Amino acid sequence: MTADSHQAAILAEASGVDVAFGGRQVLAGVDLAVHEGEIVTLIGPNGAGKSTLVRVVLGLLRPLRGSVFLRAGTRIGYAPQHVAIDRTLPLTVRRFVSLSGAPARATILAALDEVGAARVIDSPVQDISGGEFRRVLLARALLREPDLLVLDEPVQGVDMTGQAELFELISEIRRRRGCGVLMVSHDLHLVMAATDQVVCLNSHVCCTGHPEAVSRHPAYLALFGPRVAAELALYAHRHDHRHDAAGKVVPIGSGDTGSEDGGRARG
Amino acid sequence: MDDFLVRALLGGLGVAAVAGALGCFVVWRRMAYFGDALAHSALLGVALGILLNVELSAGVIVVCVLLALILVALQRLRLLASDTLLGILAHSALALGLVAAAFIAPMRFDLLSYLFGDILAVTVTDLYWIYGGGMVVLAVLAAIWRPLLAITVDEELAQVDGVPVVAVRLAFMLLIAVVIAIALKIVGVLLITSLMIIPAATARRLARTPEQMAVYAGLIGCLAVAGGLAGSLAWDTPSGPSVVVAAALIFTLSALAPRRRGRAPLP
Repeated sequence: MTADSHQAAILAEASGVDVAFGGRQVLAGVDLAVHEGEIVTLIGPNGAGKSTLVRVVLGLLRPLRGSVFLRAGTRIGYAPQHVAIDRTLPLTVRRFVSLSGAPARATILAALDEVGAARVIDSPVQDISGGEFRRVLLARALLREPDLLVLDEPVQGVDMTGQAELFELISEIRRRRGCGVLMVSHDLHLVMAATDQVVCLNSHVCCTGHPEAVSRHPAYLALFGPRVAAELALYAHRHDHRHDAAGKVVPIGSGDTGSEDGGRARG
Repeated sequence: MDDFLVRALLGGLGVAAVAGALGCFVVWRRMAYFGDALAHSALLGVALGILLNVELSAGVIVVCVLLALILVALQRLRLLASDTLLGILAHSALALGLVAAAFIAPMRFDLLSYLFGDILAVTVTDLYWIYGGGMVVLAVLAAIWRPLLAITVDEELAQVDGVPVVAVRLAFMLLIAVVIAIALKIVGVLLITSLMIIPAATARRLARTPEQMAVYAGLIGCLAVAGGLAGSLAWDTPSGPSVVVAAALIFTLSALAPRRRGRAPLP
C-alpha cells in the first residue's frame, strides 16, 4: 500500500530532494508525503539523513534539488532532537513552552497535562529529566495547535517503558486532534504500533509502506534485519542494491550471486 | 560635588543600566567573545571617525556593525571555528585601529583614554549620546524581547514558530554596537564587555525570570559604577578600571555568599 491510496489531503510533501554537505551526498532523490491525520515515521541508521530531511520539510534547510510543498496555512508544531538552553537563563518550563505566543496558564497546564508533565510547570527547564524534557517539548509543539506535528527522535533519552508510553501518547494525540505527524526514529520495533506509514531512509528511500509490510521488506531486512532486537547495534548492511563510487544506487542483479555487500554503517 | 563628577556619575549610570540589561543576552547566548571582538574594533571606528571628521559614535557603530556582518558571513562558510574567527577579527581590528591612530596627531588622539575609558572627561554632549542612545537601545530591546528570547533558547525552533530570526539577530548586533559606542568613553574598548557580562553573571543567582535578571544586572552595573567612581576618587586610581574592579568585587562577594537552601516556589 502506498501513500497514493490515502483519501486524506496532503499536508506536506517533499519530492526529489537532494542535499549535500561539503560534497557528501546526504539525501538523494527523496520523496516524502504526510497526509492529514497520518503518522509517518522516518527510520534509518545514524547519518541516514533523517533529521536533514525533517529540516528540509520544515524549511530550515534549502535542498540542492527537489521541492517542498506545505499546504497553505499549515501550522507546524516542532520538537527538535536537541535543545541546549544555557544554565544562566532563568527559565521555567511555563516560560519555555510559551516563548512564541502568550497562552494562559490554564492552557499551558492543560497541554502539559496532556503529555503527563504538569508537575514540572514551574521547574527551571534545565533541571527536569531527559524524559520530562521530551514531554515538555511535545507540549510546547501542541500549544501551537498544529496541523502537523514534527517530532525528531521524540523518545531520545527515555527508558524503554517510557518510550512505549510516549509513542502511545503520540498516536493518542493524533486520534484526539486529527493532526498529521512526521516523526523520526531509529527503531521500527517500538514505533510499529503507533505509525501508519514507515519510510526507511538511508540517504535514499530504501522502502516505504505500512509498518508490517516494511518490516518484511527485503530492503528493510537488509538494513535492519539481523539486529532489529539489538536496537543500537551495528547494522549489518545487506542490501538489494549497492552504491557505486559516486553514491549512486546500483541494483544487484539476480545473476550477481554471492554479492553480499560487506559495507557497514555505524548504528 | 563638582560638575565633572556629576557628569561622570550620570554617564556611568546610564551606560551601566543599558549594558547590564543587554549583557544578559550576551551571557545567555554565550557571546562574550563576540562582544569583545566588536569592542576591540571600536578603536578603528574612533580612528576613522577622527580621520574622516565624522562623529566618533557614528564611526564606532558603523565599524562594529561591519565587523559583525563580516563575522556572520565568515561563520556561514564554516572554514574555521568561531573562537578562532573571533580571535582573528578582534585582534586584527584592534591592530588596525592602532595603526590608523598613528596617522592622527597625538594631541587629537589620547590612546589610553580610548583603551581604558576616561569617565571624568564625560561632557554634556556625551551625556546626550549616552541617554539618547541608551533610551533607543532599551526601547528596541523591549520591542524585540520576546523574539530575541525565543532565538536565544533555540534558533531553529524559533524559525519554525515564525520568528524572523535573521532580522532579530541583526537588530541584537546593532544594539551591541550602539552600547559599545556609548560605553567607550566610560570604560574604554578593552573593558566594555566586562560591563555587559559581569553584572549579568552576578544577577543570575538573584533572578528567577529573564526580566528580573536584566533589571538586576542593570542595577548591579550602576552599583559598580558608583563604587568604582568613589574608589577612584578616594585612592586616585584610573576610573574605568576601577569600575570594572568594583563589578568584579560585587560578583565575587555574591558568589561567596551562601546559597539559599531549597528552591522557593516560583511566582
